[in-house]
Amino acid sequence: MQNSKTQDTLVGLFVACGIAALFYMALQISNLGTYTGSESYTVTAHFQNSGGLKVKSPVMLAGVRIGRVASITLDKDTLESVVEMHIDSKFNNLPDDSGASIYTAGLLGEKYISIDPGPGLSGTFLKDKSKIDNVSSAIILEEMIGKFFLNKTESK
Amino acid sequence: MLEFFENLGKITLGSFAKVGRGVFFLLHTLGGTGSVLSRPNLLIKQLYSVGVLSFLIISISGLFVGMVLGLQGFYILSDFGAAESLGVMVAASLVRELGPVVSAILFAGRAGSALTAEIGLMKATEQLSGMEMMAVDPIMRIITPRFLAGFICTPLLAALFSSIGVIGGHMVGVGMLGVDDGAFWSQMQATIDFQKDIVNGVIKSVVFGFVVSWISLFEGYDCIPTSEGVSRATTRTVVNSAFSILGLDFILTALMFGDT
Repeated sequence: MQNSKTQDTLVGLFVACGIAALFYMALQISNLGTYTGSESYTVTAHFQNSGGLKVKSPVMLAGVRIGRVASITLDKDTLESVVEMHIDSKFNNLPDDSGASIYTAGLLGEKYISIDPGPGLSGTFLKDKSKIDNVSSAIILEEMIGKFFLNKTESK
Repeated sequence: MLEFFENLGKITLGSFAKVGRGVFFLLHTLGGTGSVLSRPNLLIKQLYSVGVLSFLIISISGLFVGMVLGLQGFYILSDFGAAESLGVMVAASLVRELGPVVSAILFAGRAGSALTAEIGLMKATEQLSGMEMMAVDPIMRIITPRFLAGFICTPLLAALFSSIGVIGGHMVGVGMLGVDDGAFWSQMQATIDFQKDIVNGVIKSVVFGFVVSWISLFEGYDCIPTSEGVSRATTRTVVNSAFSILGLDFILTALMFGDT
């Protein structure tokens, strides 16, 4: 039988390793570590079609993530999809004539919103509850293929 | 013909009786929780023999399972040009399924069988009856600390298994096969959800720990006190634990992930 102090130490080490592994999973493997917990402001954009976009999809500017999609709803009057996104407060100098488009990461990858900074002619910036007017919708692969074949048959 | 029905009835009633004894045993065991927690020395001894001694087999198996997942996943995913998603695949399969399930099965083989044999031998050598003669409750003194130790250890072991597995997958995927390091981690972090994946995995391993400890201690306590009886009980522990882990895993997975 081992002396009880060594045993206590080993048990303590084991429990500490186990808890460290839990923290490691929480912070390194899951999305918990990517929440910065910082302030954000909400911006909306109306898309004709937001196909494939999901809540928590990233919002990128020049390839850097600046926020996440908060909600996707349907506007009953215009029948457009209203995408609400939270943008990190430290990016508070985006010109309010910026555009938003839905792109795909890779051919079959996930959809994300890309913000294209505008020329900033009015000199004002996007702030809480502002709306992005200059939008382009998601590219639906099936539609494109359909159009492509239609053009082919017409040109014959 | 009548004999057949007689046997069938005997078997059915016998298994009901066993389940009933198991439930009473469990309630009695849980009843001792307070008195064990107020004497932590009993618990620490069992945490050592159940948890610390399983540490090595769990970490080495976790490393190899992660490395195999890295290799297999890479060859399949690279066919679709999605080798960057290797991190997601390795982490999701470990955290959701393989971590809790494989570590619980290893735990049943490494610690559960030892518990059954130990309790069974105590019964065969009449140590348990001896304790009763001294007015010491053998369930509270012997069984409850072991039960609690198993219950505490399995989630910790499963967490270790998954974390080491992810590191193993990273070693093979990024180190040997040249997947991009940043894509490996960032896609993993974007996809694995804390609530949905990690908390559910921990819940699974808590359930498995409960069931494996219960089965192995009850089989030991309920065995026929001969050398043959102990050996049969040990076999039943491993077989029944593996069955219940896999069956419960399906039910839990259906409940947790079925609606998405």
